[in-house]
Amino acid sequence: MSGDNIFTGLTEEHDGDARWAFGTGFTEALAGVDTTLPVGVDGQDLALYCQMLGDDSLVQAQRLVHWVTDAPELEEEVALANIALDLLGQARLLLARAGQADGTGRDEDAFAYHRGPDEFRNVHLAEAPRGDFARCVATLLVLSTWRLALFTRLADGKDPVLSAIAAKGVNEVAYHREYAVSWALRLGDGTEYSHERMARAVTDVWPLTGELFATHPVEAALADQGVAVDPATVREEVHQVLDQVLTAATLEAPGPFPTAEVAGREGRHTDELTPLLTELQRVAREHPEATW
Amino acid sequence: MSTTAQEAPPGADEALQAEFDARIAANQRVEPRDWMPEAYRKTLIRQVSQHAHSEIIGMQPEGDWIASAPSLRRKAILLAKVQDEAGHGLYLYAAAETLGVDRADLTERLIEGRQKYSSIFNYPALSYADVGVIGWLVDGAAICNQVPLCRTSFGPYARAMVRICKEESFHQRQGYELLMRMMAGTEGQRAMVQEAVDRWWWPSLMMLGPPDADSPNTRRSLAWGIKIDTNDDLRQKFIDMTVPQADKLGVTLPDPELAWNDERGHYDFGEPDWDEFKQVIAGNGPKNAERVERRRAAHDNGAWVREAATAYADKHRSAREVAA
Repeated sequence: MSGDNIFTGLTEEHDGDARWAFGTGFTEALAGVDTTLPVGVDGQDLALYCQMLGDDSLVQAQRLVHWVTDAPELEEEVALANIALDLLGQARLLLARAGQADGTGRDEDAFAYHRGPDEFRNVHLAEAPRGDFARCVATLLVLSTWRLALFTRLADGKDPVLSAIAAKGVNEVAYHREYAVSWALRLGDGTEYSHERMARAVTDVWPLTGELFATHPVEAALADQGVAVDPATVREEVHQVLDQVLTAATLEAPGPFPTAEVAGREGRHTDELTPLLTELQRVAREHPEATW
Repeated sequence: MSTTAQEAPPGADEALQAEFDARIAANQRVEPRDWMPEAYRKTLIRQVSQHAHSEIIGMQPEGDWIASAPSLRRKAILLAKVQDEAGHGLYLYAAAETLGVDRADLTERLIEGRQKYSSIFNYPALSYADVGVIGWLVDGAAICNQVPLCRTSFGPYARAMVRICKEESFHQRQGYELLMRMMAGTEGQRAMVQEAVDRWWWPSLMMLGPPDADSPNTRRSLAWGIKIDTNDDLRQKFIDMTVPQADKLGVTLPDPELAWNDERGHYDFGEPDWDEFKQVIAGNGPKNAERVERRRAAHDNGAWVREAATAYADKHRSAREVAA
């Protein structure tokens, strides 16, 4: 800041790429990462897999942003905004990778704004209704525990870009899980009333957990090549973690995860996704020629 | 507080007052443990808490656009900005607490309508161009108000303002960059920007406060070093800085009287509609009721969560004490 006049910077000439608005000293998350496809990997499959993981993050972020002026405390608004920003960042990198892998060169916004609901590949738990704060905590607890297990393995995967995204995401998702655990404990072991609400939230979320461990054929094929993680392989680990957290929170673990078919990963969704996407895509679609 | 007028021995008041006056005269900071006149404390509590409330209510007009931001980059920028505003509210409530008030009590005052916040946030944000214009003009006027406050006489407030001003400056650049991008886009986008500028220009000028002649607290706040510049001086400064930016952007500011005055070395400008200003301050703005109601709903709906957190902390504190 130069004295009282920090305005002068606005009308100074810049190099025209408009990046000055972000300040300096930031590095690209994927700087220096080789973006060529690993030998023998099908680009269409990899693109689809990137959309699966990217859509989970994008759709969950879209649910979370509504908490930012509506949380029980300002500290929770800051924390949930932070988590949504991390998820949005993951989605942007994953969708950009999808556009590289499928050869179309589509950017992140082409995927986010110009696909219909049946082209989204997220799991149903990401699109499930926002509910109360206990529901928010229960959803975040399950999704972050699952995502941490996936990303930890994916960080060692054979696609250098996915591996770099997962390695960056592990620290973020570990925080998301820590945050969700801290609130599951407070709500579960807080007042009688909060215990009831947290217990109900876990019960409501549980039927949606089975799908997280159902393997899509693309996940299976890429997992065989060491590029993806077969979600069935993290089932036991995720259950153990959740069991431990719920027990510490004086809540009853609702038994094993249900068995479920692949659904969201194939583009089959609940009625919740369409209105969510309508809100997300509204302005971009109203102005198809515009640049932002 | 370590020393107050009530506790002091007879005759000590004058000595403390003299010490306080000398500190202000020497441009030194007053810290929470220092003696201060009750009226100074009250004025600061009012100003800092209203500033905090403004940050929190100010999250709403733009916050509504996060879900519909037209690109993922814009979504991330806007989400981070609204998150910063929650952070500003937190630093400012913390600064207010050093004056002996409680954040929970200040929140009650806000949601019960007993304390005000900046009236600018009672106007609606109607299009995505508003996100850019709020960044450029509203954050711009806020910076004009706030940069001098980095030198305000109360230490915790001044230090909070240093960080807040850096972030506000960043937000202003982001807003301006969005508008530059939109002005280089389609005809429809340019029209959106101009329409948003037309709506926000006058309310932005009003943000700098009523005219000096109608601002009863200004003189005392200047004397105490709480305020550094008068409202009219800040308004002139804001206009002088903003007109060249509007030119560069290619928008027209909706004031036919706006013209450079060589003799004064400043822009001349028209009179804002102060009746409208008074109406909005009095609670009759387009969004007053909705803004406060939303905050109240969030607070009320979250009561059981805060109670749970307190109960959990108490339970585990007593468990630890037993263990010890």
